[in-house]
Amino acid sequence: MQRRPERQAPSPGRHEMRLRVNPVACDAFGYCAELIPELITLDEWGYPVVDEDPVPAHLRGLALRALRDCPRRALLLDTSAARGSPR
Amino acid sequence: MTVVDSTVTAQPVRLLAAWHETGRADLEAHRAVHGPLPVARRHDREYPERLLDAVARSGLTGRGGAGFPTVRKLQAIARVRRRPLVVVNALEGEPASSKDAVLLTLTPHLVLDGAELVGEAIGAVEIAVCIPEHRDDLARHLGAALAERAAAGMGTAPVRVSRLVGRYVSGEESALADGLAGGEGRPHFRVSKGAPLAVRRRPALVHNAETLAHIALIARHGPGWFRSAGSPEAPGTSLVSVSGMVQRPGVYEVELGTPVGAIVDQAVPAEPIGAVLVGGYGGAWLSGKDVGTPYTPKALAAAGSTMGVGVLGVVGRSTCGVAETARVASYLAGESAGQCGPCTFGLPAIARDLLALAHGDGDQRTLARLQMRLDVVVGRGACRHPDGAVRLVRSALSVFADDLAHHVRHRPCSGWNRRPLLPVPVSR
Repeated sequence: MQRRPERQAPSPGRHEMRLRVNPVACDAFGYCAELIPELITLDEWGYPVVDEDPVPAHLRGLALRALRDCPRRALLLDTSAARGSPR
Repeated sequence: MTVVDSTVTAQPVRLLAAWHETGRADLEAHRAVHGPLPVARRHDREYPERLLDAVARSGLTGRGGAGFPTVRKLQAIARVRRRPLVVVNALEGEPASSKDAVLLTLTPHLVLDGAELVGEAIGAVEIAVCIPEHRDDLARHLGAALAERAAAGMGTAPVRVSRLVGRYVSGEESALADGLAGGEGRPHFRVSKGAPLAVRRRPALVHNAETLAHIALIARHGPGWFRSAGSPEAPGTSLVSVSGMVQRPGVYEVELGTPVGAIVDQAVPAEPIGAVLVGGYGGAWLSGKDVGTPYTPKALAAAGSTMGVGVLGVVGRSTCGVAETARVASYLAGESAGQCGPCTFGLPAIARDLLALAHGDGDQRTLARLQMRLDVVVGRGACRHPDGAVRLVRSALSVFADDLAHHVRHRPCSGWNRRPLLPVPVSR
């Protein structure tokens, strides 16, 4: 699966949420990609590739549901400022 | 590993000065050459600030691979209320690196001095020196050094030697903390890197052994002295393990800013340099035509490489860089902690693609699939292990582009049958 192209990150607003996955907890159930294909796709091994841009308002409900439905609780909603370079 | 007398080549001898001058590693020789440990006098409230100030002004950065400004870690732990643990990281999981083992063998007191000085400054309750569990020799050298220090009445915080699993990723900070706490020693997912490390709820300050050795000298001679070697943006000296197609492999102390080629020359290349793997197996190749690049983080990055941990793996022009990289990539795949899908499955797939290309079993489609996999794996693990493997392979595709153009036409090369160069441990 292709990674999403880089986009200019907007400056962090008060109510911004970004989806993140804890890759250690994730066991590739794939529920998240089913629920929000707009933001999550699966790589060839079944693991989620998560769009790092802020979750659009109309998808927030689904994002929260994906968090609840993940059997491994591997999804997180990050409300801190833009991640920038990986840790 | 041969340690060469660096004084012949006019590189500064700092970290191994006591060994060079006396041929001994004991406390008496150490004191004779370096002088006494500049410990804080009792109730010296200004000592922590003085030490941190000296480290700040020296510009010392970590020598474990991340190159993080050392003073910032010290400042962060100094802000924590609970008394911390000082962890000396000498796990040295890089197969081509032996600098930390050399330090613990030839000048353990310098490393222990650094740990003690830092421990004093941050009120540490304990110091843990971490070595790979199979290194009986290092345990012996450390044991002897600690016994000498105890007999001399040195140190306030107790020092223990922790023998931990010595896999490739075991020395990653969070893996190390996990191992110390009695876990399996696999890296942890951290929401933000700022989150402080802890071992059983005690805050932990982790430093590479060499970094602490530098601190021990900075405390004695001052930041100006430290900066008198190296360059303004990359001050001081660093230990580099040189291996591969060289006649005198070993650990060399070099001034930062020295051209990579000049460092390699000390080890006497056996044939014209084809390329140099810089920074370890998660580092990046530097083409032979670019060996004039100064050995600093900035210059190496600008040349498409990276400083990483002090390792230079030299291959000759007759070596197949694709084949060497495929071997290393296979090793890295086998060293995945197996916790994250993209790393567990992605690295072996990447290694297989590269092996196919090296064997002459691959073509343009193989290459395209490999590049797609590199893009999809990067940044998606809990630690930087997959990122290092991706960096290594991407740099190989660039530096060995000519070899690759040959391989994608289903052709192996004569370099494939040569004896492998870069040290890769037998897989478990």
